[in-house]
Amino acid sequence: MYTQGLDSLGKDCLRDPAQDAGALERSFQARVDAEDKIEPKDWMPEAYRRTLVRQISQHAHSEIVGMLPEGNWITRAPSLLRKAILIAKVQDEGGHGAYLYSAAETLGVSRAELVDQLLEGKAKYSSIFNYPTPTWADVGAIGWLVDGAAIMNQIPLCRCSYGPYARAMVRICKEESFHQRQGYEIMLRLSRGTAAQRDMAQSALDRWWWPSLMMFGPSDAESKHGAQSMRWKIKRFSNDELRQKFVDFTVPQADFLGLKVPDPELRWDDAAQHYRFGAIDWNEFEQVLKGHGPCNRERLDARRRAHEEGRWVREAAAAWAAKQAARAAATEAA
Amino acid sequence: MSDERSDWPLYEIFIRAKSGLDHKHVGSLHATDARMAIEHARDLYTRRQEGVSIWAVRSADIVASDPADADSLFEPARDKVYRHPTFYDIPDEVKTL
Repeated sequence: MYTQGLDSLGKDCLRDPAQDAGALERSFQARVDAEDKIEPKDWMPEAYRRTLVRQISQHAHSEIVGMLPEGNWITRAPSLLRKAILIAKVQDEGGHGAYLYSAAETLGVSRAELVDQLLEGKAKYSSIFNYPTPTWADVGAIGWLVDGAAIMNQIPLCRCSYGPYARAMVRICKEESFHQRQGYEIMLRLSRGTAAQRDMAQSALDRWWWPSLMMFGPSDAESKHGAQSMRWKIKRFSNDELRQKFVDFTVPQADFLGLKVPDPELRWDDAAQHYRFGAIDWNEFEQVLKGHGPCNRERLDARRRAHEEGRWVREAAAAWAAKQAARAAATEAA
Repeated sequence: MSDERSDWPLYEIFIRAKSGLDHKHVGSLHATDARMAIEHARDLYTRRQEGVSIWAVRSADIVASDPADADSLFEPARDKVYRHPTFYDIPDEVKTL
């Protein structure tokens, strides 16, 4: 019963003369501090609601657009098994988008308006999906690195203060592990294969390494929403903390593949027990976010085309349902 | 871009993970009718054999309590500790009680 009666709730509560907005906010924050979950019909500050709508819808859009770079390889997967695996993975991504749109809808927005925002180019989605997938090894690198970075970001979200988002994330995280492992296994096969296959794996790593590090978002000093999201327990760890953890986990995995991480400054800091890595090109990140990445236009065009080409299916389904309902009503009346 | 400003009706989906267990709420989805709700629920919530049975309920048909009334709604149960077995002091010598 997610989206029912949400529109009026905040205002009704505010009208209660015994409680002013400040008191409501304090009791809200106290619940969050006590690790109590906030559910759809509970009172919440408007800014908390807006932050969640923005984050969850961007997350949903990312899952949907994320189907495109890999979908590019479904018809050319190197074996029937790889094709079946890739279809299953892409279907999962569509499912993740659907779970997340449902979670966003509990906050009083409709899926139709969120989808419109994406198609109109007004909504953001993860910058990573604006990079191309020129070889089969890119499919491996996406699973290993992009899904790996996503897992790093998403596991703490399973404990997010907003119940429906946290529950969607639990479901998603269970499925992501398959994505990451199938990707790493593709890289493993290629890295143990012919010289050409090894080179293909290396150049995919070269292409995806830095964009994957950018997936964690701007550095903590630059992050606009970080501190407030931490107070609200929407976020549990800072962008830089998660990025560091990802590097620490991933470099040994690259070593095992015998591939070289494309960062001349990368080194192990024994005192800190962390890998130190070179500076990220934030200018590139900004450019891709603004729509100037290698595939921004192509991705949105593909989404719009899919939406338009599916229109007749949606219309036919709605017409069928209306006809059936009218028939049922006529039978009942007779 | 799209002229379908209003979505298809929303359904809440409940899945029975295996026989012997209750149906449990897993999330929601949009569908034009009940049959599509079941088919979409199959694709969306049971891709890994998570269930043996699906219930789909129109969200609009669910009647829910209001969290703002929770205090007064649940208050009557609060002071009735005598409903719990631990309320009663029984000497240790008495067995199987």
